[in-house]
Amino acid sequence: MGVEPAAVRVRGLSACHGPVKALEDASLDLPGASITAVLGPNGAGKTTLLRTMTGLTRATAGRVEYGGHDLCALAPEEVVRLGVAHVPEGRGVIQELTVQENLRLGALWRADRVDRRQALAEVLELFPALQRRRRSSASTLSGGERQMLVVGRALMARPRVLLLDEPSLGLAPMVAEQTMALLVRLRDEAGLAVLLVEQDARGALAVADQAVVLAVGRVVMSGPAAVIGGADAALLHHHLGW
Amino acid sequence: MRAFLSYTLGGITAGMVYSAVALALVLIWRATRVVNFAQGGLAMVTTYLAVTLIDRHEPYWLAFAAALAAGLLLGALVEVTLVRPLARRPHLNAVIVTLGLLVVAEGAAGLIWGGGLRAFPAPFSTNGLRMGHTTLDLSPFDAFTVAAVVATMVALVVLFRATDLGLRMRAAAFEPEVARLLGVRVGRVLTLGWALATLAGSLAGLLVAPGTFLSPNYMDAVLVYGFTAAVVGGLDSPVGALVGGLVTGLALSYLGGYVSGRLEALGALAILVAVLLVRPAGLVGSTSRRRV
Repeated sequence: MGVEPAAVRVRGLSACHGPVKALEDASLDLPGASITAVLGPNGAGKTTLLRTMTGLTRATAGRVEYGGHDLCALAPEEVVRLGVAHVPEGRGVIQELTVQENLRLGALWRADRVDRRQALAEVLELFPALQRRRRSSASTLSGGERQMLVVGRALMARPRVLLLDEPSLGLAPMVAEQTMALLVRLRDEAGLAVLLVEQDARGALAVADQAVVLAVGRVVMSGPAAVIGGADAALLHHHLGW
Repeated sequence: MRAFLSYTLGGITAGMVYSAVALALVLIWRATRVVNFAQGGLAMVTTYLAVTLIDRHEPYWLAFAAALAAGLLLGALVEVTLVRPLARRPHLNAVIVTLGLLVVAEGAAGLIWGGGLRAFPAPFSTNGLRMGHTTLDLSPFDAFTVAAVVATMVALVVLFRATDLGLRMRAAAFEPEVARLLGVRVGRVLTLGWALATLAGSLAGLLVAPGTFLSPNYMDAVLVYGFTAAVVGGLDSPVGALVGGLVTGLALSYLGGYVSGRLEALGALAILVAVLLVRPAGLVGSTSRRRV
């Protein structure tokens, strides 16, 4: 990498989770058409990093530069309007709504109704399983279908940057693999900058271009995925539990 | 038999008013998890505004529309100035603020309009319709009451189910954080929710006043019955508010008719306790827990 200009630049980002400093002085670049894995154990600050990047958690220091904006200074509902979609932890399927309503919600902020319908058609084409279940309540979906739903819903906004918080959590290995394959497609075909938070480091490193390892709120390692994956075994064991 | 029919019709009419109050409470509970105890007080204020216009010889329907519009504005104002600043605090804080607002509203109304009872006109006759030789306990105004509440319900259901705005409102109510990430301006949606709720409450205020006379605390009992109706219906379902209102209205009407009118308040309390003990999720509320 390094050829693509950075789509998102995180600089010196710090944030608190309640009284605890959950993220401290984190910096990373998210180039276009790339997958960046954020790895680390529970409580390392991975979720806080994502939440701070889209304004759900207030930054105590630092910036998130994107297209001339500082995302930290914006409300989450404005961040998505700039093309940064965030699929939250636990996925955030709205169970009281139907599959189609969940999807439509992803593009409601856009004024162009024709393009909204077009986006819905594209997402349903990408996920035939959702096409079949579009009128069903989202609460009836399986774990894998829910995963498709939240990614599809994020794509409804036609984002340039996609932030995913533990998308493979609780999924069967095969479904998790399909999710990773989808992210590769989105990177290669749509040129998305993907930030992938994962506890399953092996799965994430298999598809990522670069990786960042967080431990107790700090970036302790970063570099090309192959380098991180092949790093000193003792170090990986220490940070990732390998 | 005649008595039964009479109590039933009376129960339905009263029940519709309780439904409107319940609907107002449900809309706010769903969106902000706050029981708005000021709902009755706000409706009282808008009804006084209507009577002020009527005193100035403005047409009834102008006063009616003005009261509803004032309800919209007042609800939005309360949300922005009193509820929004407490959004990050425990919900109980906002509930206590609504209680305080009720006290302030009733005190202010007493100062401005006086504490005495005032008559409030009905747009239609309140005398029972005649069918052959018998007079039904259903007046044209009662029919209007039922129609107005049903029309409001239908309009809200269409808004929620069939419009983009309604989809935003539902998303904001169920998953505010997810809704924000999807670009829903949740703050504005909540303001609108409070506005619509206060509109529904104002409608109830206008419908109750001709039968009870207007005074600063004339909505207190109605709020209690409306709250009972909302709990019977499950607190978070607009359809439940309708069902709960009818159940409460009929139960209290039979109790008042066959036993004693003085037992109505006690009856409402008994219904409230019984529902909370036996079926806390209400008759319509779903008992299934959300999977996270």
